[in-house]
Amino acid sequence: MPQLFPKKANALPLLSLGGLVVGGVLTIFLVWYYFSPEFTVVGYAPTQPVPYSHRLHVDQLGMDCRYCHNWVEVSNHANVPPTQTCMNCHSQIRTQSLRLLPVRESWATGEPIEWIKVHHLPDYAHFSHAAHVKNGVGCETCHGRVDQMEVVYQAEPLSMGWCLECHRQPELYLRPHDEITTMGYVQPADFVERNLERIRTEGIQPPTNCSACHY
Amino acid sequence: MEKDSNTPHADVLHEEDGWHRQPYDNDPPLVKGNLSFHEITDLVAYHTEKKTPITWFLAFGVASTGLMILFLMLAYQVYNGVGVWGNNVPVGWGWPIVNFVFWVGIGHAGTLISAILFLFRQRWRTSINRAAEAMTLFAVMCALIFPTFHVGRVWVVYWMLPIPNQMEMWPQFKSPLLWDVFAVSSYFIVSLLFWYVGLIPDLATLRDRAKGLRAKVLAFFALGWTGANRHWRNYEKSYLILAGLATPLVLSVHSVVSFDFAISIIPGWHTTIFPPYFVAGAIFSGFAMVLTLLVVARKIYGLEDLITLDHLEKMNIIILVTGSMVGFAYITEFFMAWYSQVEYEQYAFINRAFGPYAWAYWIMMTCNLISPQLFWFKKLRRSIPVMFALSIVVNIGMWFERFVITVTSLHRDFLPSSWDYFSPTWVDVLTFVGSFGLFFTLFLLFLRFVPMVAIAEVKGVKPEADPHFYDHEGDGHAAEAPQIAIQQPASEAQDGPDDVDDSTAPTTD
Repeated sequence: MPQLFPKKANALPLLSLGGLVVGGVLTIFLVWYYFSPEFTVVGYAPTQPVPYSHRLHVDQLGMDCRYCHNWVEVSNHANVPPTQTCMNCHSQIRTQSLRLLPVRESWATGEPIEWIKVHHLPDYAHFSHAAHVKNGVGCETCHGRVDQMEVVYQAEPLSMGWCLECHRQPELYLRPHDEITTMGYVQPADFVERNLERIRTEGIQPPTNCSACHY
Repeated sequence: MEKDSNTPHADVLHEEDGWHRQPYDNDPPLVKGNLSFHEITDLVAYHTEKKTPITWFLAFGVASTGLMILFLMLAYQVYNGVGVWGNNVPVGWGWPIVNFVFWVGIGHAGTLISAILFLFRQRWRTSINRAAEAMTLFAVMCALIFPTFHVGRVWVVYWMLPIPNQMEMWPQFKSPLLWDVFAVSSYFIVSLLFWYVGLIPDLATLRDRAKGLRAKVLAFFALGWTGANRHWRNYEKSYLILAGLATPLVLSVHSVVSFDFAISIIPGWHTTIFPPYFVAGAIFSGFAMVLTLLVVARKIYGLEDLITLDHLEKMNIIILVTGSMVGFAYITEFFMAWYSQVEYEQYAFINRAFGPYAWAYWIMMTCNLISPQLFWFKKLRRSIPVMFALSIVVNIGMWFERFVITVTSLHRDFLPSSWDYFSPTWVDVLTFVGSFGLFFTLFLLFLRFVPMVAIAEVKGVKPEADPHFYDHEGDGHAAEAPQIAIQQPASEAQDGPDDVDDSTAPTTD
């Protein structure tokens, strides 16, 4: 049996070592980017059973988030409003609109509208809307400019690393209590000092231990 | 024993010259049957070259059926979740962990034989190291299945590795479970390298005997080995380095596995005796598994001259020693429970021996402590049926040891309201059965396609591989050297190019 490997195969060990290093770094990068929620879920915008426009209701009509998501300050969940909330207005306004037909049907039959959940957290991560809203995290910080969304989409990755960015440095994200639901809020120049002062006086200590969210 | 005559050259050396070169010359020869180098090559290589026997296919059919069962059970578990196993509060670590430790333990003999015995110049290892290392690799594969699927979400199992990620999520470096990931995976990689490096000369021997595609495939895996002196030099260096790397791993892997238990605060687990006691147990079970396999393989493949009764006896002595160490550890645990005056520790051990799992405890004690004591008798440790039966008994005992440790400590929780009796489900049982399917499938493939004895190394322990031409320069013996060379069997001279290897076969000096 003549030699299978030509002389230049002597370069193989060195090449495979280089390949291992490059391949390893490449794999890490691929996992780092393509396995992350930033790649896999940001921009998720399912078609809802009713073509409800946040832009129309929030931006043009000026409704507050809490008119519909009224439990957000007391509950873990920022509730999706029941049909009754829609009908508060729509029993008077656009009562013949074809696009609102599913709402009226739901109102008549008592069958809830099956809205499709946009922002998913894994079942092993617990999150409380109340805890965040009460301590100065704005809706916009996590949900983006909902007032500009014709169809709601996920604006932020909601990954653990993303949560931790704020939990480690809350002073960069907190806003005053009366600006929680403001869309397009601009922080004042000295907001970091103000927030640090608030964190001290109000005793805001966002936990970074595992069991804060995984319990 | 069979023919006790040594090789003709050894006889010449001993009787005519009274030339005692090495203390181990007093031991019975490691290779029996007066085999020449070429006959050794033939004896081993033949089994990878002959037409596949029907019995092999039958055995392979049974083993791969087991493997299919394993695949089915794992698919069923992934689809339905970990709940299909018997693990539940308070016994959160059921059979999957028991099986993991069981298989990792078995995976210890191979590297002990190949690395530690190599460093200690135990030349009898050469006949058994190839098969033992293969067994090690396959056992570690079986072991890795269990924690991999026990994590529940197997598709994110890469979270166990510290890969930078946008979740900013890292494994818990303070957890022995993570150390396990590193310990077992590095053990597997080093064992694989060690095994493969040792295979290269033999693959080249097979290559030189083969034709066509088979020769090409073997040539690829033989990495261009020519048997040149420089090749042997590099080979022996790398083998020595790998042996040095593997030696601490033999001790560290099962120490780290024992940390999974010992680092916790569960009574019955939280003891410093665990690492040495686990390592002894691992070697104990590993050697038993090597025996189970080799007793059968040497018979079927006619390798009794290479894997002799003396080899088996030596393994039985190791089983006796490690079995007694394990038994001593069992008793020490009771002593410590009493001496520590910790009532929880005392309860844990009394409950082990006399509680609801007493049956498992006494199976463990009988199999691991009492049964190996039979090997004190020379007759019994040289009896094939006895050692075959005992090797299986030992592995049953070692499985029960892990079961006893895992389950008895957990089923009596700190919270008496959650006390419960653990029972496995049919999925648990069939997954374990399936892991044997994986093990035997791989081992049968090994027996069929890879030389099951390290041909080059076995030649190296023959007396004629180590003639000591110039050892006693000036004492008159140097002059005898050519005489020995002439006495080489005639077949040697005509041998193929593979026997270029032989002239420089590894020596341990």
